[in-house]
Amino acid sequence: MQLTNRSKVVVKKEMSWAEKLYLPAIFGGMAITFKHMFKKPATVKYPEETREVSQVYRGVHVLKRDEQGRENCTACGLCAVSCPAEAITMEAAERKKGEEHLYREEKYAAKYEINMLRCIFCGLCEEACPKDAIYLTDRIIDSKYTRSGFIYGKDKLVEGVAPEERVDISKRKKKYEFS
Amino acid sequence: MLVAILFKTILIGIIFLVSLGIAAYSTYAERKVAAFMQDRVGPDRAGPFGLLQPIADGVKMFTKEEIIPNASDRILFILGPCVFMLTALMMSAVVPWGKSFEFGGVEFSLQVADINIGILYIMAIASIGVYGIMIGGWASNNKYSLLGAIRASSQMISYELAMGMSIVAIILMTGSLSLREIVDGQMHGHWNVFYQPLGFLIFLICAFAEANRAPFDLAECETELIGGYHTEFSSMKLGLYLFAEYVSMFISSAVISCLYFGGYHFPGIDSLDLPQNIAAIVSVAVLFAKTFFFIFFFMWIRWTIPRFRYDQLMKLGWQILIPLSIINIMATGAWMTFVK
Repeated sequence: MQLTNRSKVVVKKEMSWAEKLYLPAIFGGMAITFKHMFKKPATVKYPEETREVSQVYRGVHVLKRDEQGRENCTACGLCAVSCPAEAITMEAAERKKGEEHLYREEKYAAKYEINMLRCIFCGLCEEACPKDAIYLTDRIIDSKYTRSGFIYGKDKLVEGVAPEERVDISKRKKKYEFS
Repeated sequence: MLVAILFKTILIGIIFLVSLGIAAYSTYAERKVAAFMQDRVGPDRAGPFGLLQPIADGVKMFTKEEIIPNASDRILFILGPCVFMLTALMMSAVVPWGKSFEFGGVEFSLQVADINIGILYIMAIASIGVYGIMIGGWASNNKYSLLGAIRASSQMISYELAMGMSIVAIILMTGSLSLREIVDGQMHGHWNVFYQPLGFLIFLICAFAEANRAPFDLAECETELIGGYHTEFSSMKLGLYLFAEYVSMFISSAVISCLYFGGYHFPGIDSLDLPQNIAAIVSVAVLFAKTFFFIFFFMWIRWTIPRFRYDQLMKLGWQILIPLSIINIMATGAWMTFVK
């Protein structure tokens, strides 16, 4: 199957005298490198500028809250089961009286950890989630000095209650509404 | 007499500092040129446009831990980089950097030593340069260092022959071994490169090989030999090796300009009848412009052509360049005898 029309058929023939000199080929190569000196560099000067990413980019996860600021997650464990990299662990707990404003249902995740070094950002966890709780966002993980720094707990994953701390996932959510 | 000695001392100091300064900024230029040719930006964090990068590199080199392997020969291990740097700097002594200045009726020549065998001196010093690599590689007591050193010495010896013979053709044309006379013989645009294109090509290729630059960097060859002769070196000793490479690149660019591109002469400027001191300054600027072009050329080649295989290197040196340079000598001799 021909994918591009740039492929060249290899012919093993004697080189001509001019080709054996190699000088024309060398000058040709030098012309190419000289031309490249005036091309725009492909470099993105991170962190001053960041690369533009897709609107449905799969970056660091967020654990969503509902409109009243209650956590959606019920610690059912479907995300952990679906995770091909086995990056997600959690511990479930029962909601006590007086915690109704914190958790939407009777069961919630007391501990929820994603190992970002294991995660392959495939997005299967958000596909598996029946409670609209976990989504991938367009944020990327920061660099750390230790491996333990890459294990993200609830403190980093759950979005804030205040409206300005909410993470917008409408673009990714739309993706699932179509399918 | 005292004034002359004082002037020469100052001149030596200036040439020393300028060589080191240009070598330092060649490292910056090399990284920038490489970056531009590969559609990258290059160093741009230290200072505006990364201009302080060589200083940062120097500080890094000086503050790194210095390791001398137990199995190495301590004295030779320290001597190696010193010899390499010394020979690289010594070459600058006979290069005529410009026309003479004149103050109060006394003429000050911008050449440290106008010896009448200037070219032989350069060839001799270039040959000694291999000792720096050989000693360093041998003293390291490391197989990769030794392999790099052996490659470097055999390569330099092979290419010196062709280099010397390509210069013979120039000596035939000029009738002098003094660099200043060779430069002055190329006034009014009669550059040697137009009369000796083949000789120039041979000399240029050999200059690349002598400077251990790509495509002839088999002595370092980081993809095969880790670092070649400087594998075991660290801290400023490694810095000296890397630095001396750029010094010798600068000096050989100056020598190429002097031998083939009219040195400090430029067609049109000589006939302007400038006052002597201004003419001297202009001539220095002209030589440096040519030198900088060749430094750029060295880098341009490095980032274009891949490294030779070892057998290709030997074949090119012995079976192609040496016969060609002999033919070049004979053709020049015949032309000088029968035509001129």
